[in-house]
Amino acid sequence: MKYMLMMHTGRDAAGGIMDWAPEDIKRHIEFQHTFDQELRDRGEMVFNDGLTWPDQARIVRSDGTGAPAVTDGPFAESKEFLIGFWIVDVDSPERAYEIAGKASAAPGPGGAPLGIPIEVRPIGVAPSGDL
Amino acid sequence: MTVPGRSSTEDLLRELAPRVLAVVARKYRDFDSAEDAVQEALLAAAEQWPTEGVPDSPEAWLVTAASRRLINIWRSDTARRRREELSGLMDPGTAPAADDPVPDRDDTLRLLFLCCHPVLTASSAIALTLRAVGGLTTAEIAAAFLVPEATMAQRISRAKQRIHTSGVPFQLPSQENWRERLGAVLHVLYLVFNEGYASSSGGELIRTDLSREAIRLGREVHRLRPDEPEVAGLLALMLLTDARRQARMGPHGELIPLDRQDRGRWDQAAIAEGVELVSRTLRLGSVGPYQLQAAIAAVHDEAARAEETDWPQILALYGVLERVQANPMVTLNRAVALAMVDGPRAGLDLLSTLDSSIGRHYRLAAVRGYLLEMAGDRAAAVAHLRTAAAGTGSKAEQRYLLTEIGRLAAQ
Repeated sequence: MKYMLMMHTGRDAAGGIMDWAPEDIKRHIEFQHTFDQELRDRGEMVFNDGLTWPDQARIVRSDGTGAPAVTDGPFAESKEFLIGFWIVDVDSPERAYEIAGKASAAPGPGGAPLGIPIEVRPIGVAPSGDL
Repeated sequence: MTVPGRSSTEDLLRELAPRVLAVVARKYRDFDSAEDAVQEALLAAAEQWPTEGVPDSPEAWLVTAASRRLINIWRSDTARRRREELSGLMDPGTAPAADDPVPDRDDTLRLLFLCCHPVLTASSAIALTLRAVGGLTTAEIAAAFLVPEATMAQRISRAKQRIHTSGVPFQLPSQENWRERLGAVLHVLYLVFNEGYASSSGGELIRTDLSREAIRLGREVHRLRPDEPEVAGLLALMLLTDARRQARMGPHGELIPLDRQDRGRWDQAAIAEGVELVSRTLRLGSVGPYQLQAAIAAVHDEAARAEETDWPQILALYGVLERVQANPMVTLNRAVALAMVDGPRAGLDLLSTLDSSIGRHYRLAAVRGYLLEMAGDRAAAVAHLRTAAAGTGSKAEQRYLLTEIGRLAAQ
């Protein structure tokens, strides 16, 4: 079963890591490396990547006529936005939640777990049988 | 595998792979290294045989080549070498001669029981079975499951490690474990089949044909144990389901339900084989879930038109299946059959017994919507189909349900 694990971050926290102490940043990045490697070693990783900061994002809208409108994104009203994701292939939803739990507890300043919300969604589900 | 023009060398190697692996694993009592060694020997054969010709005894050639490579693997593994030297296994004098493979009709079965051992998770067992018994390459298996090759390689490697550390023996299960362990093997084959069958609706045309691979392995197990009714049952079920493959989706990959399929596109040879197999097996008297599901599939497949379906017989078979393997999904299917026999209200009444167990499952909502439409309550049908469409995790199924809502609204 494949799941997409989406890491969201608050608008205020977005620039956060840039302001952390160097050792906190180092610890956090090392955690991410170890975390990803463990998923690869277990044969569970399908794909993962981080996204650029939201100031790089553009929102495209089209009413179907003429050129689409391109504006700065993400939506001004949204408090949180996607900062990174993993696609994993695991045996059970419980395992997906376990992985998400680890990702959520990534170390922040002083090594304290960040408790970042991770959204878990099944993807690529096959129809359950003949209709 | 349906790659056109696949060379005869490849066919021969796929057929020989599990037998060679079984012989080498049994002789050297090291499945992990034997598997690597046989893969290397197969690669060498795939390169050499097409130009240099197939050896007189290809199996012996492969066993010899794999044995040499296995010794090399051992030699390069210092820790292992130390251990093997201690145990005396590395002494060439005690190692069995490599060029005399002892054919054993149970070798392939031993291999299957090992790869489908309950110490492994389902995904590991599937990957290992396809590689060790199916003779697929890691790249082919990875492509079939839409994961990177490195991920699949790790999965296989961990599965082998797990077998190694758990000390799973290379032997057939004992009499008292036989049924349970055979059940695990059949379950793995069934999962492989379903992966291929279900995913084919996604329009993934380049995927390795897992359904045909499962059928091939099912045939092999049936050949080795023709007297096991559930093996025959599973093979029949796979044949009778796969027979409908060409008809179950439209040109854009959209799902087509059984009653609207173009039955002219069903594979009549597969149906004939499946029907014959399940009829012969049911007469033996030891009825199990695979045989019953195969029998139900056979009744559907034997109807030339949907209206000619023998629903009373399907209803009776679901009744027996419910007794053999009570499960809300079986009851759900029985409700459909009951509706076809006694009318939609009878089916809806049976569905209401499922609210406490699978009340939130989208399939319950879908079937309820379908039966409500039969009962003429279009508004309620649409409401339940909406619930079902919102609840399914399958895009293809969601599109189907949304199309159904559109069809009902247009009436």
